Parts: sequence; structure tokens; C-alpha cells
Amino acid sequence: MADSQWPLWEVFTQPNKGEPFEHAGSVHAPDGELALQNARDVYARRGEAVNLWVVPSTAIVASAPSDAGPFFDPGNDKPYRHPQFYIAPRGVRVF
Amino acid sequence: MTEPSFQVAAPRSTPVANPLFEYLLRLGDDRLVLGHRLSEWCGHGPILEEDIALSNMALDLIGHASSLLALAGEIEGQGRDADALAYFREAVTFRNALLVEIPNGDFAVTIVRQFLFDAYSVLLWDALSRCEHEGLAAIAAKSLKEDKYHLRHSSEWVVRLGDGTDESRARAQQALDTLWRFTGELFDHDAVDDAVAAEAFIAIDHDALHSLWLTMVKDVVQRATLTLPTDAAMRRGGRRGFHTESLGHMLATMQIVARSHPGASW
Repeated sequence: MADSQWPLWEVFTQPNKGEPFEHAGSVHAPDGELALQNARDVYARRGEAVNLWVVPSTAIVASAPSDAGPFFDPGNDKPYRHPQFYIAPRGVRVF
Repeated sequence: MTEPSFQVAAPRSTPVANPLFEYLLRLGDDRLVLGHRLSEWCGHGPILEEDIALSNMALDLIGHASSLLALAGEIEGQGRDADALAYFREAVTFRNALLVEIPNGDFAVTIVRQFLFDAYSVLLWDALSRCEHEGLAAIAAKSLKEDKYHLRHSSEWVVRLGDGTDESRARAQQALDTLWRFTGELFDHDAVDDAVAAEAFIAIDHDALHSLWLTMVKDVVQRATLTLPTDAAMRRGGRRGFHTESLGHMLATMQIVARSHPGASW
């Protein structure tokens, strides 16, 4: 069935100046300005953000679930890849 | 839409018992009535996001009304608080302009009504935030910030409806033509304005306000590729309690819970 809704936009909020933007959710809107306004009304009305980004959802390039293995397998069978494998030399403060 | 009844405003020389109270009622009632009208969209918005936007604006306006009516009650000194003024007055004692009580109609009527009011309200708050009445100046400064957002939302929508499809364009033009006759009243200047200027140092130059407002409205109407109505027959009366029949119906809905359960809290 064809989607009769307006295009979908992903919303990113910046909680404070200098902090990274976080994905908050998504809104429907006919264009960028109204996407920004809808995002403000849905995700940033109670002081949750000092800045907003909206990005057309179609512009997001995402990894596929089938990529999970090759993309994200931490390689636990190769312990030397993890920093914990190495013993800190004497004299180095461990936090 | 029902043709509203209208009356010619009384001459400027009519004495007013408590002009500041009267002035605050005008400001408060405009926002209470428009806020309630917007709240009628809750659950009926054209899309979820716009439903939330309209409800947010309704809440903002009712918040402004609450501050204004609370201050009005203090000035009146009869022990009436914001709730008493909002829920236990009859239509004839409401002082809102006719524009804000006009029924929601379709989305275009709601948006154009909102835009015409927002442009006026932003300019008025800007002027009042610099007035010498401390309490009112504080309310004005806070409300100005929120109304600027309302204006951004409503004006962007006017542009999109006007410069949109044939259907949205026709509806937006129809809304502008229908509502235009209620805009003159916003800039009327009468005995109450004279009195608050003399007694409370709240002096608004309505002619200057009107010309700034026209410039703002023309700019958006032009961007929306709509035509500014030239109809000069303005309807007025709200400021003196002569309302359209739709206000009574709206108040009946708005006031019934408070009147059925007086003093209830929840």
C-alpha cells in the first residue's frame, strides 16, 4: 500500500551546548522547516534541547541485521585486540 | 458560518469604572477564547504532529490568559481569581475581539485566524513588554517569546496552504476573505485605552501597531500568493460584550465542568 503520509524525518536533539546530538525519534512533515517545528513540538518543548537537527529518513544509510556478524562481532576469540589483554607496567596509574 | 451581529463601539468619552481591569480582561479573554478554540482540535488534528502543535499553542494561550485574568482579579479587588473570571462570567461580560471566537471551520480557517491574531499579539506584547506597569510587562515578556513561535508556525502554514494545491489555496483565500472583517476591531482605540494610558502608563499607539501589522500580514499573504481582501466593512463589538452567537455555545462547553462542580479540584 502506498504511504499517504508526509515524508518521515529523523530528529536529533542536543541536550546542552557542546554535547553530541542524540537521536530522539521521528516526525512526519512536508518539508524541512515544518519538520523542525514538528520536532520542536514533539521532542523539545520542555527544555530537552538547545538545538535540533532533522534529517530525511531516506538520507540515513543503515547497516542491515544480516551484517551483524561481520560488522559487529567483537572478536572475543582474539583477546589481544582488547586493551584489558595488556598488563599496565609498574608506575602507570590505573584508573 | 453564521453572520455575526455587530454594534458600533460607544464613543470614546464613555467613562469606565475600572479601566485597568477592563483592559486586562480584553487581553485575557482574547487568549482564553482562542486557546479554547485551539483546544477543540485536540484529537482531531489533520496529522498527529499538527494535533500536538495546535494543542501546545492552546496550552500556551490558556497559560497567558491565566496570568492576565489573575492580575485582572487582583486589580478588581472583589476576590475573583482567574478561575472565577474564566468560568463564572456570561458571554456579555467577555471582552475578547470577535476574531478569536469565530468557530474553527476547516484547517485553513484555524490557521489564518491564528496567523492574523499571532501577528497582532507579537507586536502588542513587544510594546507592552516595555510598558511601565511591572506586572503586565513581565507577562508580556514571557508571552512574547511563546507567541513568536506561534507566529512562525501559523505564518509558515499560511504560505504552504496558499502556495499549495488548488484546494488548499482556495480554502486559504476563502478563510482570509471571511476573517478579514474581524481584524479592524483589534486596533480600535477607545476610552479604556485612554484611561490606562493616563492612569497606568500603558500607552499603545494602535495606529502604529496597525500599520506594522499590515506590513507583516502583507508580506506573508504575498509569499502565500493570496490576495489581501479590500473589504472595508469591519465588524466590531466584542470589546464591549456584543458577541457573535458562537461565543455562548463555546462558553457553555468550556464552563460546564467548573459550574457543575464548583470549587472542585483535581
